[in-house]
Amino acid sequence: MATLRFDGQAVTTQDGETVLEALLRHDLAVPHGCRSGVCQSCLMRAREGVIPATAQAGLKPALAEQDYLLACRCVPEADMVLELPAAGSLRTPATIAAIEPLGGDVIRLRLTPDTPLDYRPGQYVTLWRDARLGRSYSLASLPDEGQSLEFHIRVIADGQFSGWLAGEARPGDRLDVQEAAGSCYYTPALREANLLLVATGTGLAPLWGIVREALRQGHQGEIRVMHGAVGCEGLYLHQALAELAEAHANLHYHASVLRPEGCTAVDTRPLDELVVETIGDFSGWHSYLCGAPELVNQLRRRIFLAGARMDAICADVFLPTAPAKT
Amino acid sequence: MTTLYERLGGAAAIDQAVDIFYRKVLTDERINGFFDDVDMERQANKQKAFLTMVFGGPNQYTGQDMREGHKHLVARGLNDSHVDAVIEHLGSTLAELGADPADIEQVAAIANGARDDVLNR
Repeated sequence: MATLRFDGQAVTTQDGETVLEALLRHDLAVPHGCRSGVCQSCLMRAREGVIPATAQAGLKPALAEQDYLLACRCVPEADMVLELPAAGSLRTPATIAAIEPLGGDVIRLRLTPDTPLDYRPGQYVTLWRDARLGRSYSLASLPDEGQSLEFHIRVIADGQFSGWLAGEARPGDRLDVQEAAGSCYYTPALREANLLLVATGTGLAPLWGIVREALRQGHQGEIRVMHGAVGCEGLYLHQALAELAEAHANLHYHASVLRPEGCTAVDTRPLDELVVETIGDFSGWHSYLCGAPELVNQLRRRIFLAGARMDAICADVFLPTAPAKT
Repeated sequence: MTTLYERLGGAAAIDQAVDIFYRKVLTDERINGFFDDVDMERQANKQKAFLTMVFGGPNQYTGQDMREGHKHLVARGLNDSHVDAVIEHLGSTLAELGADPADIEQVAAIANGARDDVLNR
């Protein structure tokens, strides 16, 4: 049990309860998303108190040093005084430059931030519609292409964020972009390694960034991009990836769909089978897995057992915004 | 005089050993049911802490931690045979890494020392 002071209120935590759970239980508005320590939407700052190490796992050192923490990962050991990040301290205002259909239920959002965003291809950011409504999306753009940021967003019909983007939002509208996070990105140290990039759905967004960054840096090893979707319309970069593979001898593109009607050059094996059967021995491969949790977790295990080093598997699980526990 | 941990290669050896050891554990039908945490990174971090301990390296484990950490597994049937299997994999992991038999024996002895705490008795 600990007492939390937040927004002028005092809240007592129950045994094992996280800061986020305790504050929400008292109807205090705290931005949050995945509740799993990934999306960083529930970032808070401790003014007083001891921060458990788990509450800072995955944070940039600069943030950890300034006593930022993830409320969903913080089970307080003693009393704490907490606040939300000061408006503007971590967020950059941005203007919507374009919203266009990409294929299926996926749209492409282009944003122009007021000041250039510092990021690496493959990282993600939280986009804020207002002070409290934010969603995390992976960056599909490269910093070297210019200041514009690109996102691939699956539209959920009644989604508070994606639904708004697809329906009401217009070029010229303003959003806030929270600074980039995530450790799945390309580094020049991997230049000679073989890269395996596997995605389901819009898990392709960060990999579209990573593959183009690897090519831009003159990657020497083999690169295999494997994209899985239910139907052909879900292969929203089919043409672009096929053309990219055509232009680079060391790049190969594989697509897997459950329902192949309406497209060519696709595989109908399940994505995990396609991956395992194509590569075989994964020692020497560096893998990036992005998308549906079941597929990513299962594939991570299979790839590891088939010879990949644990630290050569980078996994980004795409989690839907978690509903509150009832 | 070098410590067991230093002889085995210290932190760098642990990283290598975790991959080999965890792969053995995950493919062993006798015990992999106890290691089915979907979060492999978290699981691997636990293995790392465990290996650091039995390699005689710096660690903060107490008998109480061992008891608490395995209580739910004991409730699911964790027993001596499973501990034996883990110690067997420890030994073969170390042998693959070229450790000498006396050191392997010492690691097994440290692991054995945690047996009663792990099994909550």
